[in-house]
Amino acid sequence: MTGLAAALRKDLLLQWRSRAQLVAIFAFGAAALLLFSFAIGPDSVALRQHSAGFLWLALLLASTLSLAESFEREMEEHALEGLLLLPASARALYYGKAMANWAQLALLGVALVPVAVVLYDAGTVRLVALLGVILLGTAGLSAPGTLYAAMTAQTRARQTLLPLLLFPLVVPVLLAAVKATSLLILGDPMEQLRPWALLLALFDVVHWSLGGLLFGRVVEE
Amino acid sequence: MRRSIAVAAAGLCRRYGRRWALTDVTFEVPEGALVMVTGRNGSGKSTLLRVLATAIRADRGTVAILGYDTHRDRDAVREITALLAHHTHLYEPLTALENLAIAARFLGDDPGREELRARLAEVGLADRGDDPVQTFSAGMRQRLALARVLLQEARVVLLDEPYGHLDPPGFLLVDGLLQRLRHKGATVLMATHLLNRGRAVCDRGLVLEAGRLVFAGAAADVPEPAGGDGASFAEGA
Repeated sequence: MTGLAAALRKDLLLQWRSRAQLVAIFAFGAAALLLFSFAIGPDSVALRQHSAGFLWLALLLASTLSLAESFEREMEEHALEGLLLLPASARALYYGKAMANWAQLALLGVALVPVAVVLYDAGTVRLVALLGVILLGTAGLSAPGTLYAAMTAQTRARQTLLPLLLFPLVVPVLLAAVKATSLLILGDPMEQLRPWALLLALFDVVHWSLGGLLFGRVVEE
Repeated sequence: MRRSIAVAAAGLCRRYGRRWALTDVTFEVPEGALVMVTGRNGSGKSTLLRVLATAIRADRGTVAILGYDTHRDRDAVREITALLAHHTHLYEPLTALENLAIAARFLGDDPGREELRARLAEVGLADRGDDPVQTFSAGMRQRLALARVLLQEARVVLLDEPYGHLDPPGFLLVDGLLQRLRHKGATVLMATHLLNRGRAVCDRGLVLEAGRLVFAGAAADVPEPAGGDGASFAEGA
């Protein structure tokens, strides 16, 4: 637990120091939402119907930037290697970074909701449930995203490789998150939200468990 | 009294792609010894230290650090070794104090600012504790990396070019730190091109040539590296 606390503290501090980057990533996500709205045109019903999908797509695209950025600092002066040699547990380092990335993505998701409301009229009164879906969905992005960001951080084509590897893997998470968010925005007469949220939680458990098991193999020679 | 063996390497081989960086390197270092590892650029000094520190694995051969096998007992080896590498292992956006605090927390300690500032004072950075590392010169980064290594209180200390980027007062600082490590009983392996300095401060020497160990003996007897102008090695002393 000491290692996990130290890792989380370290990653949150690094994120705080590069908070200007978070603003840029938010602007990227908001711009993506704006561009998606152009594809639908001025059809308010269609905009609202597709809003959940576009919100999660914007979040997914923005996540690749923040996930890749989270390993830039680790690779610059081989700081991650330095921690492993202390020795710090690879698992603690993974969970610390994945949790920090999760917090950042969840914050980004929450910040993008008002933009989606303005552009797509994607409002809902079930704000706590929406927050829950954002937390579950971003957990499902951050766990595999952190693992793949570590894997690609050591390659030259990391900006291309990360989305190539990550997107196919998170399709189930994305589908479940979009469906659950749609139900919140468009209404849920059949009470389907719970099973979709449970499915999201299940994916999260799988991704977070596998990430912790595999991270050591990714970062150690 | 016979000292125990701190580092025992046997038949060590390591390659990068098709090129062998280390070939059949075998040596022993007694506990408490101060050893210089020298050789021309690309002779395998850094690779050797990185294998000893478990940063990379040997393709063949075995290494034992104070009896722990670097392959089988990796975590145990890491607990008793510290590596000063070419890369500083520092976080550029964070301050010097924050970098030391992070390392200390992973080592299971949570020292106060004053204690960490005292650590920085040991390497001449007392007044730069609150400055981000990205504002530091290469020499200052090297000093901070040294402070981080000292924080580990390791029994086997591996220093890759500790004099690199340092000014003359920095050279004296490293000399002092080496003596301090010696008094504490630590075993030190130091890769350096500065032959005369190494001969003066170390008691043993290893010379690598194209990945092969060509000399192991007293530091005073370390020969000039072959195949070039050995004078440039002595100049730094």
